[in-house]
Amino acid sequence: MSDPLTRRRFLEASLFAGATSFACARLSFAAAPTEARFVFVLLRGALDGLSAVPPVGDPRYPALRGQIALPKSGADAALHLDSTFALHPSLKFMHERYAAKELAVLHAVATPYRERSHFDGQNLLESGGTRPHELQSGWLNRAIASLPKSGAGERGVALGANVPLAMRGPVEVASWSPTKIATLDDETLARITDLYARDPLLSRRLADALESDAIAKEAQAAANEGEDMAGEGVVERDAGQRRNFNARFTATARAAAGFLKRDEGPRVAMFDTTGWDTHANEGGAQGQLALRLRGLDASLAALMESLGDAWRHTVVMIATEFGRTAAINGTRGTDHGTGAAAFLLGGAVNGGRVLCDWPGLATSALYEGRDLRPTRDLRAVFKGILRDHLGVAGAALEHEVFPHSSSTPALEGLILQT
Amino acid sequence: MTATQNSIAAAIALNRFGLGARPGELASVEKDPAGWLRQQLKGSPPVLSGEGLESSADTLAQVLALRKDAVEARQAKKQGDEEAARVAAALKLPAIYRPKYIAETHARFAHAVGTDRPFLERLTQFWTNHFAVSVDKIVVLGIAGAMEREAIRPNVTGHFVDLLVAVEKHPAMILYLDNQASVGPNSRAAGFLQRRGGGQGGGRKADINENLAREILELHTLGVDGGYTQADVTTFALAISGWSIGGEGPNRRLLRFGGGSGKPGEFHFRDVLHEPGAKELLGKRYADGGVKQGESILRDLAMRPETARHVCTKLARHFIADDPPGAAVERMTQAWLAHRGSLPKVYEALLSSPEAWSQPLAKFKTPVDYIYSAYRGLALPVNDKRRTLQSFEALGQRNLMPGSPAGWPDTSADWDGSSALLKRIAWSDALSQRMGDARNARELAPQLLGATLGEATTRAVARAESGAQALTLLLASPEFMRR
Repeated sequence: MSDPLTRRRFLEASLFAGATSFACARLSFAAAPTEARFVFVLLRGALDGLSAVPPVGDPRYPALRGQIALPKSGADAALHLDSTFALHPSLKFMHERYAAKELAVLHAVATPYRERSHFDGQNLLESGGTRPHELQSGWLNRAIASLPKSGAGERGVALGANVPLAMRGPVEVASWSPTKIATLDDETLARITDLYARDPLLSRRLADALESDAIAKEAQAAANEGEDMAGEGVVERDAGQRRNFNARFTATARAAAGFLKRDEGPRVAMFDTTGWDTHANEGGAQGQLALRLRGLDASLAALMESLGDAWRHTVVMIATEFGRTAAINGTRGTDHGTGAAAFLLGGAVNGGRVLCDWPGLATSALYEGRDLRPTRDLRAVFKGILRDHLGVAGAALEHEVFPHSSSTPALEGLILQT
Repeated sequence: MTATQNSIAAAIALNRFGLGARPGELASVEKDPAGWLRQQLKGSPPVLSGEGLESSADTLAQVLALRKDAVEARQAKKQGDEEAARVAAALKLPAIYRPKYIAETHARFAHAVGTDRPFLERLTQFWTNHFAVSVDKIVVLGIAGAMEREAIRPNVTGHFVDLLVAVEKHPAMILYLDNQASVGPNSRAAGFLQRRGGGQGGGRKADINENLAREILELHTLGVDGGYTQADVTTFALAISGWSIGGEGPNRRLLRFGGGSGKPGEFHFRDVLHEPGAKELLGKRYADGGVKQGESILRDLAMRPETARHVCTKLARHFIADDPPGAAVERMTQAWLAHRGSLPKVYEALLSSPEAWSQPLAKFKTPVDYIYSAYRGLALPVNDKRRTLQSFEALGQRNLMPGSPAGWPDTSADWDGSSALLKRIAWSDALSQRMGDARNARELAPQLLGATLGEATTRAVARAESGAQALTLLLASPEFMRR
């Protein structure tokens, strides 16, 4: 029962031929026409870009950040990038990748959104529109939809029980998270498949679930061989809850790799994580945010390791809905802001660079006198990746994937030319 | 109404407005489905009971005592690291909090499964989700359940304004959205801190934290398109600076400077932290009046049409359809405005909207409601606390842990992912395996689903090869997944 291939063969041979042949048509992944992989990691809650990528060379930085400012030198020093920027000391793996020219750091970026609601901010970041709730589908799904078709078509996978907005839309994508289905026997599943035959939504979902489950089992088996690294490097003096959180994050990254490394697997994956809304006691080199960043760093390391050879074809984009206030607030944290940091990581990234038109932190330079002023539209970055890495055609980019973005051309040179 | 219409209406009353039919209920509800729902709103709301339930004030008092120990330990060490002390306290926190969270989860679950007033319970849980605090922020783990019992349940059939004020002053909300230490920059405390730190460069600049103020405007009242600005957020945050929790801390020196420290663990207005002066918000001036200033703003927010529309839209989405019908929203909004936010009038407008009764199975159940309905439908005993927690976790909706102040999402697309569906099926199957032949799915199907039961499900259940498989098929059926 636990062998997914047995299950699939059973389904194919089952008495309920009508329903299952429909299911099986959807069960096959397309032979992917491209080697390129793209992973979108969404940090929900507004990552503090000024702590993740502290502008230690900006003269205003220490005063604005007070007791959570990161030092340029000493035991807790931020990790040097260039004369202005550094990385948070928790991001050791990412710093290594910067040295290996596989990490490009973006700063002072934003979507077109200029208010400060998490939920509307995430809506724009995921939908790719210019106003919240104007579009009902996600830019990543529309991008997948525009890719050259082959067989049953390209697909993506969302790591989570449900599909986030960025991946919702015209193309069906898989979703996966661990399920204990040991007790479910194939016969019962076949009957449920039959029962769903006249319910298009549920029958599609069930077929996708069974296929994803089979793939993930293989990936998990592979990950288990190398002894689970989940949580490594994040074991800290903290309540167990956050450790578990980081461990789950790492396991999710490994599962994503399991889907992406398959020759016929999906080429696009997305996962997200919460816990970045650091209004109080954010911490500096140690503390709340530091722990979360260590979890992010460890999960990205796990992703690279698990992808193996596929890493050199991979771009991982890490983004958040907006930044946080330039100054700390009254509770040693930061409130909702505007300009944010983002990251491009992977073997296909033209990295080792900080891509930033730095507006500075002088009060007059701040957006509305309080937030880092955005100097680059995130959509330009997304468009650059989709065009140069995944091969999304220019017309589709302008009209379907990011409507109303013609004044924001794709950013050049993000991807290594092979 | 014809007999069939009434039969559909009964299934809608029990499953869409309720928490799922119990065996035998359908026949009695069929006589007057809407009347059965209305009756549930009468009388005082239920008080939850159960082993291990404590007031949030008692729980917080224990936590504050713990923190005091940690602070004293640090001061004894002098050179001690503040972070280490905080971490030591944080490690002990779950030991106090976790059993309370388990007790609250169990009591809430047992009540939802056993209640004779399931519509009232749905409304209660709707409000708890509207005013969400999420226990992934550890500081509310042990008191989030108490917030529902203390601030929400008593006000579900009252006026919105009382519900609003009770929630915003509840310690769980104050702590969840960081208002306890929000300090007005011109408050007495700020002046004190500035003098102490003056010249040394290390002085902490006291200021507000705008988290609670923003979420009240954006999520709890006006809604994100409700016409407020960043300046309104800031002003509101200044007006509620000083809304805090009794007991010593966050800064004991500050407390000695002025004002009492209040009752440990209860809402306490700290005048020393409050930004003095009149405030102007959304075009109206509020005179300085201590805690009354913030309360007046809340009272006005509760009566604004933007608030009425925002909340009624959410209610209609919750009970009628993912894309809520405009006519129903309008009817509810008008009832709100005509009766100054009287919630029973709003519920009445919902129940008397034909849209609510015209589309059976328009909503996809949330995981938690799916679990409740299975327990009610199979008349299962609720006695295993661990299993309760595991069920919520397995289906991806941990009790009181939506992960953000926006609460759990409320449309099909948020819950009908392929992996989520498989989890439901697997969970149902495990449940059915445990029940075996102890329940007869063939008899249950028409009792639970009434007129919404389709032919395919009837046939599948009838042809199942075992009692357990028949139950799995019933629980996995499209009619049981939806409401």
